[in-house]
Order: sequence, then structure tokens, then C-alpha cells
Amino acid sequence: MAKVLMKGTVAIAEAAVRAGCRFFAGYPITPQNEIPEYLSWRLPEVGGAFVQGESEVASINMVYGAAANGTRAMTSSSSPGISLMTEGLSYLSGTKLPALVVNISRGGPGLGTIQPAQTDYLQATKAMGHGGFRVMVFAPSTLQEAVDLTYECFDYAERDRNPVLLLMDGSLGAIMEQVEFPPMKELTDEGTRKWNLAKHEGETRMPRMLTPVYPEVILENENKQRALLTKQWEENDVRVEEFMMEDAEYVVVAYGISARVSKEAILNLREQGHKVGLIRPITLFPFPKKTFQNLNYDQVKAFIDIELAIPAQMRDDIEVAVRGRAPVYEYGRSGGMLFDDESVYDAIHKIVTGGAE
Amino acid sequence: MAQKIYSRPKSLMPMPSGFCPGCLHPLATKLIADAIDELGQNNNAVHVLPVGCSALNLMYWRGDMLGAAHGRAPAAATGFKRSAPDRLVFAYQGDGDLAAIGLAEIMSAANRGENFTVFFANNSTYGMTGGQMAPTTLIGQKTSTTKYGRDAETTGFPMRMCEIISTLDAPYYVARFALNAPKGVNQAKKGIKKALQYQLEGKGFTFVELLTNCPTTWGMTPLQSLDYMETNTIPYFIPGVYKDKGEKA
Ligand SMILES: Cc1ncc(C[n+]2csc(CCOP(=O)(O)OP(=O)(O)O)c2C)c(N)n1
Ligand code: SF4
Ligand SMILES: [Mg+2]
Repeated sequence: MAKVLMKGTVAIAEAAVRAGCRFFAGYPITPQNEIPEYLSWRLPEVGGAFVQGESEVASINMVYGAAANGTRAMTSSSSPGISLMTEGLSYLSGTKLPALVVNISRGGPGLGTIQPAQTDYLQATKAMGHGGFRVMVFAPSTLQEAVDLTYECFDYAERDRNPVLLLMDGSLGAIMEQVEFPPMKELTDEGTRKWNLAKHEGETRMPRMLTPVYPEVILENENKQRALLTKQWEENDVRVEEFMMEDAEYVVVAYGISARVSKEAILNLREQGHKVGLIRPITLFPFPKKTFQNLNYDQVKAFIDIELAIPAQMRDDIEVAVRGRAPVYEYGRSGGMLFDDESVYDAIHKIVTGGAE
Repeated sequence: MAQKIYSRPKSLMPMPSGFCPGCLHPLATKLIADAIDELGQNNNAVHVLPVGCSALNLMYWRGDMLGAAHGRAPAAATGFKRSAPDRLVFAYQGDGDLAAIGLAEIMSAANRGENFTVFFANNSTYGMTGGQMAPTTLIGQKTSTTKYGRDAETTGFPMRMCEIISTLDAPYYVARFALNAPKGVNQAKKGIKKALQYQLEGKGFTFVELLTNCPTTWGMTPLQSLDYMETNTIPYFIPGVYKDKGEKA
């Protein structure tokens, strides 16, 4: 298929359709409105359903209903709306229903700003709701990657019977880039037939119940299964990009838009002879701990966490992975303020030349 | 030869009820089960459970079930029905679930004319959490959060959901029945069946309110609670058919 020029939000919407998504419910919020707008006409074209929910609370619960039928379902929102979805996300995980939730994040807390930010990292990776469940969190840094990850997210969600989060800040949602779309997936109930409430062609099945209520003994077991699942993610599903890491003495850690800007800065620093590299987590959860474990700490002198967040939110994960073997610094902007490659250059340069306190 | 004139509906499991003695939730559930039997929809029905005492039905109902979050049954039903338009989908909600935390979901689903049925069990209290005030609690009614009786001055007036919902254009059938006496029970049975029938015909949103009790948190014997309904509940929540688009000429 030929490449097409597309806006980030629209690219995600089309990728979802190609992945077999046939249900969307969502509530307007900037900067992600193009996703519901696009799907409001695109889904009916392919025999799917679009509902403009009366709130994010309603929307996530509509997704819950569609997912129970085994229909590939998604919603999208931005930070304040995602907060409203957290009970519903907990119910999805509790009832073991797959779904894709897209957060095109903006600055907070509160109503904050409609400008881009990466201040939802902790919410995304630690607790997307009450009850101690976790979700896989994917963070693309190009639109092609956003398309490819969206396409795969539904498979992960179905495999694990758990919601999946695609976290992308508002700037990536707003830019236009060339993307190539994967083909339309054939619709199949293979991944959900064992548990869904759908009618099965030519087969009578026993009545089924999908609920997040369990007797204590069973609930504890379910949670043990969830713990196991998290372990498996860490074993098998970690995605990470290493950029100029071979001889790196200073390691920038950044994801999404921050990684993109950092790459520019690193190229310039390299030109000045500074040995700087980048670790870019693509899965924010599971976090690429092993990448940090495998580093040569005789070579690595320091880490610099670069985020659109003050204070940096990924820092705790980096510190845990580094285990005190090298200092961790941070640089960021917040509240919808952005950095450019020059300010990132300066921030890294200061540390590289021993100027950081 | 003996003829069987009364039996357990197919949609109910043969097991003893865990509802409090005299509670009308099981009766409401049975009326729905009867209607589903009569319509031959046992294998096609999807029961969306609320959060509240009636979620206990997950123990007794035989058929597909989906447990929704508190107040969100109409949203979950929307998602399911839009994905599976051929199924007979109904939600059963209490008054805390529907008229307080879930007010946006019920009004919006009704306003969209979603093609499913909502059964609304109004017992004028939050039974499951111990009998606190609900939006439907009667003026003067004592609850655990209105020790001296509900005071309109600070808590407003009981909400009449049938009246409110029937102001919307989309709903196809809106009716209220009282389950404290045989007459209302018989009418309810017909109304429930009618609502489900309309759904099968694709007519859109149907809403049946069932006035029920909560002897346990009302602090009454079952019989006292039925009398209380007759003298207090029914005069405020007047039973009747508030909207029936199928009946007009
Ligand atoms: C988000 C949330 N808030 C509160 C509760 C606690 N809760 C459980 S049932 C219920 C009220 C149920 O009352 P009603 O809907 O009238 O049903 P009844 O038990 O009276 O049949 C409440 C508040 C909850 N489960 N979830
Ligand atoms: S607490 Fe009230 S509503 Fe709940 S089962 Fe008992 S009598 Fe019925
Ligand atoms: Mg109640």
C-alpha cells in the first residue's frame, strides 16, 4: 500500500479500523477530537457502530458492553477524560474484557491546558484505576509506529483479556506524517469465542456470565493470575529502542515526543564528540528494566530522564532499574510548555560537562 | 390427568432465594423471566445486572448476563446491543443505581432511543448499602441518612423517573406498576411483556418502573411494607402507562 500523509489522531483511527475495531464510544475533548470525528463515519462504512457517549464514564462502559460481545472495541480521550474512565478500566480488567483506550495526553493537573504534556505516565503505568490491576502501555514516537502499535494493541488486549493503553501526547496527535497502513484484518471470533456472550453460528452454548464480582478465594487467584501475566509481559513483550548506545557514557531516557527531540540533540552532541545515547521505552509498562541491567556501568556515567513532565514521572522506574549504579538527572517542561532540541541539547550538555548540581 | 398451571420459569435456577424475606426483587425478576419464557427468548436474552441488591440475581438467573458498574447498565447495554442488534437486551436497575449515580446514562440511553428495555425497581432507598436516602425516598421517610425523615428543604423531592423519561421524544414505551398487590402484579406482567415485545420489533427504548419494597431497611415486616407502599408510595408514584407509541391510533 502507498504511503499517505495523515494527522496523528486520524492515523490511529484508521489503524484501529484495519485492526478490526468495530465499536467506538467517546466524548469530545481536545486534542483528540479527530478520532471520534473520523470514526463517526468510518465505522458505519465497515459495518461497525459509533456512539457519542454522554460522558467518558458512559463511553468506557459502552466499550465494556461491546467487548462482552467479543466485538473489538475502543475509546479515546485526553487526560481529564481518562481520569473519568478509571473505574470502567478497572471493571474491564476485573471482568477480563479486552479493549483499546487511547490517551492523547495534555497538561495537568485539573483542566490544565489543551497543550501537549506527558504528565499521565504514573497513572498509566502504575494504576489505571482501583484494585491493583495493570495494563500494557504503548508509547509511539512516530506516526508509523502509532499506526503499527494501534494495529497490534487489539491482539494484545484479546490475548490477555485485559485493556491496553496507547499513550501519546498531544503534539504527536497533531502532527502530520507519511504513514503506510497495514491491510484490513479479517474479522474472527477466534480470540473471544471461549468466553464472549455472542451467539455462536451453528452451536448452542451454555449461558454465560461476565461480571467483575468474585468470591474472595477466586478473586485472590485471579489476582495471582494477573501478577503472572505482568511477569510474562516483562519476559516477552518489552519493546525498547536503543539509539547510539554502543559506546554511550551518558544515557538519555525518553519516550514519545521527548525521545524524538532528544535524538536531534544527541546527534548534535555527538558532533561535538560527546558520547551520548538514548534508551527509548516503547512499552512504558512493562518497563524495559533488562536494558538497564545489561549496560556496562564502567562505561555509563549518568542517566538523563527527559520528559514533558515536572517532576519527571518515569524517573522512579529508571532509578529502580539502575539500582544506584549511576546518578539519574532529569530535565523537563510541563503545563503544556514544550522544549526544542536546543534546550534539550543544553540540558544534556550541562550534565556531560559536569555542570549539573 | 393433572395439568401444570404454575411453574418456575426457564430463566430461573432451581435454588432457594438469598433475598430478604418479603423482598419484591425476586417477584420482579420472576415476572421478567415469565415474559421471556412466553416470548421464547430464553437463549436470546442478555440480562445486564446493576450494582445493588438485584445484582444477587447473578446467582439465580439462567441466561447470558453482564455485570455493569454502578449506574452504568444503560451504557453497557448500549455497547452490547449496538454490537449485537438481534439479541433481547434488558437492564434491571435499582433507584440509587438509576436515578442517582446513573442518571446521565439512563436519560441519554432513553433519549437516543436505544433498542433495549430497562426495568427499574424503585424501593425508595439504597437497599444494598443499608438503607440510605435515594432520590426516590419519600418526603418524611426515615432512612439511615435522614434520621428524622426526608426533608424537602435540604434534600429536595422524590424524582419521578417515568414522568421525566416520558418527556423525551424517543422512548417508545414508559410505564409504572406497583408490585404490592395482585392487581399491579398482573398489570406489570403484561407491561413487561409488551416492552420486550416492542424491543423485538425494533421499536426502540422501553422503560418499566416497578414499585418495590425493602422491608429490611425500612424496618418493617413484609406485610407492613406492602401497606406502606399502598398508603405512601403509590399516591406519589402513580402507576400507569406514561407513554405507549404503539397504542396511538
Ligand atoms: C461507584 C460506586 N459507588 C457506590 C457503590 C456502593 N453501592 C452499592 S449498591 C448501592 C446502592 C444500591 O441502591 P439501589 O440502586 O436503589 O438498589 P437496591 O439495593 O435498593 O435494590 C451503592 C451506593 C458502588 N458499588 N459503586
Ligand atoms: S436489603 Fe432490601 S432490597 Fe435488598 S434484598 Fe433485603 S429487602 Fe430486598
Ligand atoms: Mg433501591
